[in-house]
Amino acid sequence: MNSSPLTIAGKTFTSRFFLGTGKFKNKKDLSDSIAAGKSELVTVALRRIDLERHEENILEHIPAHVTLLTNTSGARNAQEAVRIARLAKASGCGNWVKIEVINDSKYLLPDNQETIKATEILAAEGFVVLPYMTPDLYTARALVKAGAATVMPLGSLIGSNQGLKTREFIQILINEIDLPIVVDAGIGAPSQAAEAMEMGAAAVLVNTAVATAEDPAGLARAFALAVEAGRLAYLSGLPQQHALAKASSPLTGFLYDTPAN
Amino acid sequence: MDITINGTPQQFSSAKNLFEIVSSFCKQPKHVITELNGTIVPADQWTQTTLSDGDTLELVTFVGGG
Repeated sequence: MNSSPLTIAGKTFTSRFFLGTGKFKNKKDLSDSIAAGKSELVTVALRRIDLERHEENILEHIPAHVTLLTNTSGARNAQEAVRIARLAKASGCGNWVKIEVINDSKYLLPDNQETIKATEILAAEGFVVLPYMTPDLYTARALVKAGAATVMPLGSLIGSNQGLKTREFIQILINEIDLPIVVDAGIGAPSQAAEAMEMGAAAVLVNTAVATAEDPAGLARAFALAVEAGRLAYLSGLPQQHALAKASSPLTGFLYDTPAN
Repeated sequence: MDITINGTPQQFSSAKNLFEIVSSFCKQPKHVITELNGTIVPADQWTQTTLSDGDTLELVTFVGGG
């Protein structure tokens, strides 16, 4: 099942199930979900320290072998995203960054133009840049040119659990872009993750669905299985759909002589 | 000495270096990143960095996020 590892910027991932770490009820649910989902890449965010409360750091609950991908959430333009990425790098926790530039509080859609600008600046500084974007072919091509390591189109609105509402546009990116396509945002059920993998996505990134499940670790495992199943289906070459029936049993040698209408 | 830390005015009776400031707010300074007046200060320079009246300091760290 793991015969097709994913390589991003020279790093090989056995698991194609990436996990976001937001919204978990407690740190144990998070570490159990990382283990159950066998995730090898997780996203984290950067925020001001709460000066009133001493809180345990989330990094204490992420195993050392897991790649950290810091998002630039909170950034409203390219410059703010660049600032967050540089701060994250200064922590010594690596130089992988998920560009997330959002300037709309209702739909939380990523701003593709600002995302391209941030990608260009950070890739030139040696960051491994995984930009989160609204699926669009021209933007994806510009991200490739800007030095992105992957392209991460949204399946549907962040946290909506609506699945692949942008399916046809993601398929275009998978067909046309010569970088791993990671479906990020909106995946709310393992079946939706499997669907993305069957289409040829390189990986999926899930957060809300797992973090808000009754049993996060259980759902993380279900997602991991679905991602593997979808990947295997893609590699096996899914057959075409047909408008009409095609018999599975032979249409000769029947036990009676009158043909059906 | 008045310093703005994470947007909040803070008062200190004596001069402090950055290591002392970070330690007073964070149990685990290991994962803390500092930005003083818009410039990132690496952890190995905290003890040599003395704060001045009117400085603006950001103390940030990692949290859960998607």
